[in-house]
Amino acid sequence: KMAAATATRFCQQLSSVSDMSPDWTTKEVSTGTTIMAVEYEGGVVIGADSRTTTGAYIANRVTDKLTPIHDRIFCCRSGSAADTQAIADIVTYQLGFHSIELDEAPLVQTAANLFKASCYRYREELMAGIIVAGWDKRRGGQVYTVPVGGMLVRQPVSVGGSGSTYIYGFMDSNYKPNMTKEQCLHLVSGALSLAMERDGSSGGVIRLAAISESGVERQVILGNQLPKWSTA
Amino acid sequence: MERHYMDSKIKGVSTGVSNVNYVCSKTINKLIQVHDRIFCCIAGSLADAQAVTKTAKFQISLHSIQMESPPLVKAAASVMKELCYNNKEELQAGFITAGWDKKKGPQVYTVALGGMLLSLPFTIGGSGSTYIYGYTDAKYKPDMSREECLQFATNALALAMGRDNVSGGVAHLVVITEGGVEHVVIPGDKLPKFHDE
Repeated sequence: KMAAATATRFCQQLSSVSDMSPDWTTKEVSTGTTIMAVEYEGGVVIGADSRTTTGAYIANRVTDKLTPIHDRIFCCRSGSAADTQAIADIVTYQLGFHSIELDEAPLVQTAANLFKASCYRYREELMAGIIVAGWDKRRGGQVYTVPVGGMLVRQPVSVGGSGSTYIYGFMDSNYKPNMTKEQCLHLVSGALSLAMERDGSSGGVIRLAAISESGVERQVILGNQLPKWSTA
Repeated sequence: MERHYMDSKIKGVSTGVSNVNYVCSKTINKLIQVHDRIFCCIAGSLADAQAVTKTAKFQISLHSIQMESPPLVKAAASVMKELCYNNKEELQAGFITAGWDKKKGPQVYTVALGGMLLSLPFTIGGSGSTYIYGYTDAKYKPDMSREECLQFATNALALAMGRDNVSGGVAHLVVITEGGVEHVVIPGDKLPKFHDE
């Protein structure tokens, strides 16, 4: 099945040289994206833009890239929409099963390792950059990043997706350890709006979620409410 | 009253140069003086950039002698643009031309890879610039003072050098005003440090 999928993609690439048909009839669906996650005392804040593109066409302008994997564990998806949805579904199943066997809430590190296992084993076929974030009883708020290729590393702050390159400088200068939840929300929404302004594959609305012991709080920041900067 | 713009008064560049995966020099000065009050920041293929700036320096010099007055920054930028646009197939270099002239005071122009010329209040370029678009968009404000500009440029360079593997070494800054030109050199270990260093 993997071989058939690869063959189809290869044929599409051969025939897509035509300038007559627009690229969105042949390009794969991609979550171009900017995603971000920050640890704070007591939890994590995660955020993402909402644009899904097929070439130059925006297939979905209100995408939800923050996918729940378990009650207090989310993942932020970037790269191929199909690949990340498939992997997230698989990990959700595996983690749910593991949690029932264990008879307690799973660890964020476990979820992250499950993502890594799939992303690394099928690294040649997949195009997926995932940030796993959540809260568990043992280590509190944690952010793990699983970029393309299948590496796994824990970081206090992580950015991903095509728009992330534009905000490394902003993130390096504005992040400080031990911030409050409100400061984290402010940092994430500011960084995402800067990236969405510069990256053509990111845009739409900002989706945020704050995950802690007490649960998950989600919010949406619409286009006209985005943080503004002096040059905009 | 003199108006202060980031990058027209203050130009900053880092100094790393690399051949594929080997950094052949950590101390190149990428700020080339093309006239008394006009400098060019170079990025891309250094061979191409050097060839273009040497030619431009000559043409601007000749122009200035013929006009019997210092050249306009716009004229210098135009010369760079002509060279880049007419040779776009062969060249792979981008420039930021900035300086001071009597007609419009401090100005900043950017000449992109294909030869587009734009006048901007401030600009960034080179491989490391992608990492600081967010930072500069957030932190830039018009009419900064000289010290604020220097701090802004130094911070931006330090952040980019921290993330880009082919930027690094030493930070060169140049302050250009009506009164003259001042060089500021900041070695790597004296650059501002951020939370993860």
